[in-house]
Formats: sequence, C-alpha cells, structure tokens
Amino acid sequence: MKKGGRLHKAIRFAARCTERNREYWSGKCSNRTGTDGSDKIDMTVPQVSILPFADVPDLLGGADAHVVGIYFIVTGPAPTSILFILSAEKAGLLVDMLMQRKTGETDIYNLSEIEISAMMELGNILSATYLNALSMFTQLTFIPSVPALGMDMAGAILNAILAQFGEIADHVLLLETDFTKDQDEVVGHFFLLPEPGSLQTILKALGVSF
Amino acid sequence: MAKIIQVGMADLKMTRAPDRLMTAGLGSCIGICIYDRAIKLGSLAHIMLPSSLQAKNPENMAKFADSAIEVVIDMMLKNGANRSRLQAKIAGGAQMFRFSGESDIMKIGERNAIAVEENLQKHRIPLLARDTGGNYGRTITFDPETGDLLVRTIGHGERII
Repeated sequence: MKKGGRLHKAIRFAARCTERNREYWSGKCSNRTGTDGSDKIDMTVPQVSILPFADVPDLLGGADAHVVGIYFIVTGPAPTSILFILSAEKAGLLVDMLMQRKTGETDIYNLSEIEISAMMELGNILSATYLNALSMFTQLTFIPSVPALGMDMAGAILNAILAQFGEIADHVLLLETDFTKDQDEVVGHFFLLPEPGSLQTILKALGVSF
Repeated sequence: MAKIIQVGMADLKMTRAPDRLMTAGLGSCIGICIYDRAIKLGSLAHIMLPSSLQAKNPENMAKFADSAIEVVIDMMLKNGANRSRLQAKIAGGAQMFRFSGESDIMKIGERNAIAVEENLQKHRIPLLARDTGGNYGRTITFDPETGDLLVRTIGHGERII
C-alpha cells in the first residue's frame, strides 16, 4: 500500500530524528514527511510561558481562528497533556504532502477517514519525537494516549482542554515549540501542559532546584 | 460610537446599548447573556466550569457557572436593572474532542449547560433561547438594544437566537 508505506517511512524518519535529538535539542531536529527529502519539518527550542487562560488563544492567532488540534493525554510519573495546533490551511497542506497530492487539493472542511487518520498519524509522530527527547533529558517515562482530533476555532479547542486545569488554576504553564518548514514558515505550535505537580517532577529530574 | 466589547475566557463584562458584547471561540465553555431589555443593559459571562464548590481556587468568579451568574446579577441590580425583568440567552457547551474511551472531562460541555440552566432557574431568570451542544465552536455577539444573540460557527452556519 503506497499511502501506508509513506506513513511508515515518515515514522522511520521520526525515529531517526529521535536519535538526533539525543545528541542535541537545539533546534535542528527534523522530521521528514516526504519521500524525496524536500519536505522537512524543523522543531524550535521550547519556550516556557505561564499565561492566564484568557491570553492563550492569542498565541494561536485569536480565539476564532480556524485550526486543527491534535490532543494527547500523557500518563506516567509526570502526567501532562499535549496539544499540537496548526492552522486549517497548513493542515490541508500537510495532508496533501502525506497523501502525495497536488498542493491545495485537500478540502479541510470535508476530511475523509483516511485524511483524518493521516493527520492523527502526523500528531503521533511529532508527539512521540518530542516525548522521546523529553524522556532522554529527564529519564522519566511518558506514555501518550491515542490522539484525539478537533477541527474548529482555536478558542473552542482550548476550552475543552483548559477546563481540566480550571478547577485548580487560573494560569496555565505552556512549553511551546514551533514547527517550521523551510526555515521560516511556521507550520504549527506544540504545547505541553503539565498537570500540577508534574512540573516539579520534570524540573527535579532535570536537576533544576527552586 | 458603538463599541464591541470583547469578553475573554473565564471573564465577564456588562454594557449598555448601543455597545455590544462579544466572546470568541466558545467550545465546552458557555456564554451566558443576562439582560434587562427595558433599560438596555446587558452582560456576557464566558464560563469554563459548572461549579465553584468543587474548585480548589474559586477566586475567579467568572470561571464558574454558579458564581458568575451571582456576580452578574449583583452587578446588574447595582446598575439599575430590575430583577423581575432579567432574561437570559446562552450558547456553547459543545464537546470538542472524541476519545474512544470517553472520560468525564470530555463531557464538560454538557455538564456546563446543565449547571447554567439550573443556576438560572435558581435565580428565576427565564431562559429565552439556547444554542448548546454539538461538536463545534461558537463565536457570539450580544446586542443589549434588541436582545439578539448572534451565533457564528465554522461550517455549521450562522444564526440569531
């Protein structure tokens, strides 16, 4: 199966990428999703920010920006959530890339099962890469759930996730990583949202005392 | 000049016509509009959670259905509203993510909607219209002049309730 083969190839690239991540985090890790090697996605150094809930949607281009969100619940000694967000337009381009189509052929308003599955797979690859790297640094185990996919307004997607944190906090801690293609074009944002207590565990594992 | 006042997540605002109130990207959250049509005074609360009672930090009153409604009513009465004239419209409470094993967290939208209705009932505020549920986000604009609530969505149409 051609499509499946392509996905597997992408996964292999991700695995190789993880290898590289062991050597250095500093921004040069790459996932290749294309067979010809021209479609390369880079990952930036994570930025840490503590934000009030109300400000989070602004990071994503406003609360009513149309986005695709891929969400994972991560269990283990330091439970967290992962949210990978990209604009609907960019998501369409990535699906084009994965499905070997011409640019702009994917109708993001009307995705088929296989296209949704491709998006989720992309999320799997990216989050696995990220978690492997984090695991290397912290020596902690992170176990991601299956992906959940949401396509809608940025604010609406965030609501559902932030609500879990809402019972205990008014601020959320975000580890934000940008995924870029061809050096400058931002593909998407990747957020790690540690549950209360998890941050201490992660920082302690990293040898940071506070 | 009529303004459109933005209400953020876990936030609440009050205004008079001709200004309007808007909140963008309601997912599992709910936008509660309580207004007194006679004096054209309206409010919009963007709540995230059903109840402040289970919360470990209930300081931000606008975050919870029960406390937000209380604060709004208080604020409106202080600004000349008449309790018997208060009416409400609500929108939001969607379920944005589907996991194979559905957890409680993911049903937060539904729980929010129920809590809002119960609290409105408790304060005897008639709920004139609602646009809740589904699996899509909503951006809403409330006009205290007419009492119209404009609901916009991506791919699920636009309507005034």
